[in-house]
Amino acid sequence: MLLRSTGLSLALLLTTAPLFAQTAPTPPAVTTTTEPRETIEGTLSQERTVIGIPPLATSSVQTVAGLRTDSLGRQIAEVIAADLERSGLYEPIGPSGVRAITRAEVQAPRFSEWQSRGAENVVHGFVDAGSNGSLIVGCYLYDTALGSELVRKGFEIQPADWRRAAHKCADAIYSRLSGEAPFFDSRVAYIAESGPKGNRIKRLAIMDSDGGNHRFITNGQALAISPRFSPDYKKIVYVSYLNNRVRVFIYDVASGSQKLVTESSNATFAPRWSPDGTQILYSMAVNGNTDIYRISANGGTPVRLTNTPGIDVGGSFSPDGKKIVFESDRSGGQQIYTMNIDGSNQQRISFGGGRAATPEWSPRGDLIAFTRMGGGEFRIGVMTPSGGNVRMLTNSWQDEAPTWSPNGRVIQFFRTTPGRQGKSSLWQVDLTGVNLRRLPTPQDGSDPSWGPVLP
Amino acid sequence: MTIRKSTAMIAAITMLAVGACAKKAPETLPPVPEGTGTDTGADTGTGIVPGSQEDFLASVGLEGDRIFFGFDQYNVDAQDQATLQNQAQWLQRNPAVRVTLEGHADERGTRDYNIALGERRANAAKNYLASLGIDPSRISVISYGKERPAELGSTEEAYAKNRRAVTVVIGR
Repeated sequence: MLLRSTGLSLALLLTTAPLFAQTAPTPPAVTTTTEPRETIEGTLSQERTVIGIPPLATSSVQTVAGLRTDSLGRQIAEVIAADLERSGLYEPIGPSGVRAITRAEVQAPRFSEWQSRGAENVVHGFVDAGSNGSLIVGCYLYDTALGSELVRKGFEIQPADWRRAAHKCADAIYSRLSGEAPFFDSRVAYIAESGPKGNRIKRLAIMDSDGGNHRFITNGQALAISPRFSPDYKKIVYVSYLNNRVRVFIYDVASGSQKLVTESSNATFAPRWSPDGTQILYSMAVNGNTDIYRISANGGTPVRLTNTPGIDVGGSFSPDGKKIVFESDRSGGQQIYTMNIDGSNQQRISFGGGRAATPEWSPRGDLIAFTRMGGGEFRIGVMTPSGGNVRMLTNSWQDEAPTWSPNGRVIQFFRTTPGRQGKSSLWQVDLTGVNLRRLPTPQDGSDPSWGPVLP
Repeated sequence: MTIRKSTAMIAAITMLAVGACAKKAPETLPPVPEGTGTDTGADTGTGIVPGSQEDFLASVGLEGDRIFFGFDQYNVDAQDQATLQNQAQWLQRNPAVRVTLEGHADERGTRDYNIALGERRANAAKNYLASLGIDPSRISVISYGKERPAELGSTEEAYAKNRRAVTVVIGR
């Protein structure tokens, strides 16, 4: 609805099928290893590919909806460069400090010039005024040594959506060069935090995967925690302490209205969507005993999935929607279990030292991310769905609550610092554990929830 | 009577302000007293309204409104039982009063789990009060997990104060 592909490159765009594309077979992960190991050491870091990214050109400088096409050309190049740089795989040259290209150069790059600057690839593009107040954005990826075009993409967009065009370009470049599925054009719901530690104000907020287009959803009067974007981004399920109760609400992004997932006098929390958005998992405490339930997103009668004494909480669907990974302290401390979606065949999968919590199934299906607690610290780790090949990706005082990028290559989480002034912030790390970045947010942040690639 | 009532109200408001400073969760601030005099029984002479949160705190003493738990524990030990017995006596003297039991956890657990853990703790306290003859319908329960620490440090001492179930008067 927002982004219309032009005739430049329909084929690539049309193959973008969120969720289902992610379950397709993908090349082996670069970090695949046959031996269980726990390391964050940098033996897996790759040499980064140098990419020239000059500002996008314009046929003639025009102002559309208050935006100048030449300024936008620079801004879009900046977003593309930042996306690619943040992936950890690429080293952009430009747009700062790079000569502006002409409109004619877009389809006739000076390959030798870019080669002499060490760029193996170069991105060229343009921003032109379209009809009816739209913009036409095109981007091209070239191999400088071969002198050949690798990718071209084009969009007719409303001016307000220019960042999405940039993310789509970056996704096309990333996918072509890495062989991985795209992930930049996606969004994140999270909790914005402010105020003193003993009385934090916690607001539901949403933003692009890079922190752009930030928007607060709730005003902070009621504590908000643990949001999850629906797969179509139209709704957010989260816990609100509205009226001093702990309840799961479904917030409708377009209308701003919200409704309870289920009517109950008991506390409901830890909500999660099924991959197709039709079902919601939640946890409910009855007389101090917490179990996991599944309910239609439209309401109806909930199905109780666990019934052991103890805390069964959270949960995350496998991408095929057939299994659920969740946490339970039925064996003593928190550990991770899997079960079928009807609650049958419950099996513990996490072993080894410490406790394991907050499991999240990768959209690719091959890994489960989780929080490992031990030695007074929380760290983010991954393991296979059977509990093998455990690898820790971070090492800090408290890293909690992983959420996967749409392509299953990057994990966002929140990091808390200790002490009276302790605060939380959003971070991301790729599966190598080497490329660790803090995400920019206007306030402190926690509980990130990363959604699929936008259509 | 008018003068006496005003004095009592001012004193009560002062107590409220002190309470607000000491407490960490403003959403659980005690309600404004509904009035004084004949409908709430005898004035104690301290300006404390009988049946109020202030009255409760004055009766149960320092930290008598809360019980503490071990790491990832929710059992009510002998000391907790003594604390809850004091609370029960006050609740029996004020049979119209309703309370909320707030369950809390320290910051060394993950968020969702800690909400479940706070539920366990609050219910453990509720169940013990019920075993002492307090009508459970007078007791509501809410878990704040690790969202509302009483002590802000990241030390064992702070954690021990934060693993708690706190009884708060919410009205009658």
